[in-house]
Amino acid sequence: MADKQEILSRHPRSEDRLLAILHDLQEASPDNSLTRDDLALVADHLELPLSRVHDAVTFYSMFSLRPRGRHLIRVCDSPHCHLEGAWSVMQELKRQLGIGEGETTEDGLFTLELSSCLGVCGVAPVMMVDEEMVGNLTPDRLRQVIDRYREGQ
Amino acid sequence: MRLARAHVLIGVDDEARLAGVEDVIHRMRAALEEADLSEEVQLVETGTLGVSGHGVVLVIYPEGIYYGDVTPELVPTIVEEHLLKGRPVDSLRLPSAAPAVRPAQVYERQRRVVLRNCGLIDPGNIDEYVAAGGYEALGKALTEMSPGQVVSEVKNSGLRGRGGAGFPTGLKWELVRRASGEPKYVVCNADEGEPGTFKDRLILEGDPHKLVESMILCGYACGASQGYVYIRGEYTLSIERIERAIGQARAYGLLGEDIMGSGLSFDMEVRPGAGAYVCGEETSLLESLEGKRGWPRMRPPYPVTHGLWGKPTALNNVETLANVPEIIVGGSDWYKSLGTSACTGTKVYTILGHVRFPGLVEVEMGTPLRTLVYDLGGGLPEGKTLKAVLVGGAAGAFISPQALDVRMDYESLREWAAALGSGAILVMDESACMVDMLDSVLRFFRHESCGQCVPCRAGTDRLVQLLHHIQRGSAPAGTLEEMDRLASVMQVASLCPLGQSVILPLRTAIQGFREEFVAHMAGDGCTVCERVGEVAAR
Repeated sequence: MADKQEILSRHPRSEDRLLAILHDLQEASPDNSLTRDDLALVADHLELPLSRVHDAVTFYSMFSLRPRGRHLIRVCDSPHCHLEGAWSVMQELKRQLGIGEGETTEDGLFTLELSSCLGVCGVAPVMMVDEEMVGNLTPDRLRQVIDRYREGQ
Repeated sequence: MRLARAHVLIGVDDEARLAGVEDVIHRMRAALEEADLSEEVQLVETGTLGVSGHGVVLVIYPEGIYYGDVTPELVPTIVEEHLLKGRPVDSLRLPSAAPAVRPAQVYERQRRVVLRNCGLIDPGNIDEYVAAGGYEALGKALTEMSPGQVVSEVKNSGLRGRGGAGFPTGLKWELVRRASGEPKYVVCNADEGEPGTFKDRLILEGDPHKLVESMILCGYACGASQGYVYIRGEYTLSIERIERAIGQARAYGLLGEDIMGSGLSFDMEVRPGAGAYVCGEETSLLESLEGKRGWPRMRPPYPVTHGLWGKPTALNNVETLANVPEIIVGGSDWYKSLGTSACTGTKVYTILGHVRFPGLVEVEMGTPLRTLVYDLGGGLPEGKTLKAVLVGGAAGAFISPQALDVRMDYESLREWAAALGSGAILVMDESACMVDMLDSVLRFFRHESCGQCVPCRAGTDRLVQLLHHIQRGSAPAGTLEEMDRLASVMQVASLCPLGQSVILPLRTAIQGFREEFVAHMAGDGCTVCERVGEVAAR
C-alpha cells in the first residue's frame, strides 16, 4: 500500500497524469493488472469520479483489470508481420504454452496477447515480451526465449 | 571535444537492441581498451543507420565502411583487423549494394533534411547536436525574428503536415497565433501506430533534440509556453531518449524561463499513450492527453481554436516539426527548391517487405514509387516478381505494378493522398494473397475501431464477416459490391479518419486484384495463400 502511495505522490494531482499513473501502478503490480482498489486510489488522488477512471482504463489495450501472467507476450499481427508469418508464430506459441489468445498459463508466468504494429517491422515477425522486443521469430527462437523467461523466474 | 583518428558509430534503435547491441558495445569498449585504442578511436552510440534486417549495424569512419549482423564474438576481429591493422574485414561488410553502404550514391538519391543527424551523432548528448548546428535555428529565431516572422517563414516554405492530411503547417500556426484564448499549447503527435510505420520512432531515437528545438520554435511562433509530446506507450526507447533530451535542454537553459535571455518561457513534458491506434487522430489524442478515453471529437471546432482543454493548440506530427529548424536556418526559399511546387521538401519512408534492402530513407517529395522500391529498396530478391505495394500502412492503398510510376506527393496521389503521411511502403511479391492481406487490414480496423460511432463500429465488423465468407467460398454474388457500398457509407458517416479511410485499402485491393477475390468466392481455393485452415479455425 505504501508503495502505491509513493507512486501517486510522484505525480501532480492533474488529470492529464491519469495514463502515466496507471502505467506506473500496473508496472508495480505482481500480475500486470490494475485492481478496483487501484482505480479508487487514483480517482481519489486526482479528485475524479471512479467512473471516469474506469472508463479510461477499459479503453486502452495496455491496461488490464484481469490478472495477467508475470510476463506479457504480445504478438504483432499487423499486415507486415502477417505477411511474414505472424499467424504461424501465434499457433506455435499457443502450442508451446498450452494456452489460447488472451489466456494465462497455469503457473501464472505468461499471458499471450495479440498486438497492433509494434514498429520494428524490419525484423518481422515480431513480439514483445514485457519491455523486450524479439524479432525474426521462428519456432526455435520462440522456444529459446520462453525457456529464458522460465528460467529467469 | 577530443580528436580521434577513427570513429565507430553504432546504430542503437529498437531493432539493434533486440539483436543485442548492448553486448556489442560492451565488448567493443573492452576490445578498444585492450588494444590500447580507446584514446584514438571514438565509439559513438547513435540512432538508426538506416539499414533494416541486419541486426547490429556499425560504421567506421573515416573510411565509411559498414558492418552488419555484428555479434560480440565478431568484435575482436573488427578491432584487430580494421582498427589496429587498417584492413577492413570484407566478410563482415554489408553487401555493397545496400543503400547505406554507398553513402555517395545514397546521398545522391536521398535528400536528408529531417534525418540529417540520424546515425551521425550521439542522440544522448546535447553537445553533439549543438556541434552539428543544433539550436542555431532557435538562436536565430529568438534574436533576429519576431514570432510573426517565424510563422511567415514556415508559411512561405510550403511545409505541409506529414501526419497524413497535408494541411499547411504555417497556416496552422498562424491560426493558433491569432486564436483568442489563453494559454495556448503546442502538442507533438508521436503516437505513431500505422502498421509498418516507424519513421517517427527513428527520428525520436536518432535525433531527439531536433524535436525539442522544433517544439520551442513552435511555442515561440504561436505564443504558447507549454508543450506536450504524446508518444506511444510501447516506444520505451523513444520516451527515454526524449526525456533525457528535455532534461539536458533544461540544464542548458533552452527550456524554462527566459530562454537565451529573450524573455521567452517554454517548457515541455512527455505523455505516454496506452495502446490505442485511434489516438493518432488529433482530437482523440487531445482527449487522451486530458486523461480520458481516446474518443474523437466532433470537428469543427478544430484544435487550432479549441484544442487541449478547449484552448488554442498547435498539433503537429514529429516529422513535420523536424523540418522546422532546417527551414529557419536554410530559409524558406532553399526549402522550396526541394520537392515539387505544390508539395515542397522531403519525405521520410520506411521500405519493407519483399525487397533486398529494407530500411529508412528520405527523398524529395514527388519521387516516383518505382525509384523507392527499386533504387533505394534494391528491388525484389532474385527470381521474384512484384505483385503489389501497400503504401501508407493499413489505412493505405494497394498499388499494382502498372501504377508504380506514380509520383509520391499529395497532388499526384490525389485520392490516395492520405496514404502519404505514414511513409510505410510494404512491397509484396507473388507469394502474397491479396484477399489474405485485405483480411489482415480489415481485422486491424475492427480491432482498433474505438466504438464511439456506429458506422465504424458495426461497419468494420461486418466487413470482416463478409471477407471471411469470401475466403470460405460461401459468399453470394454481389458481396464485393456490398463491401464497397458499406465502406463508402463509412467514409461519409464515420466521425474520424479511422472509419473514413477503410475504403482506401478495400477499394484498391478489390479493383486491382479482382480475379483473386472472385476465385476465392467461387471456392476454387487460392493458389498462393495457405491459410485456408486459419480461416476455418476462426
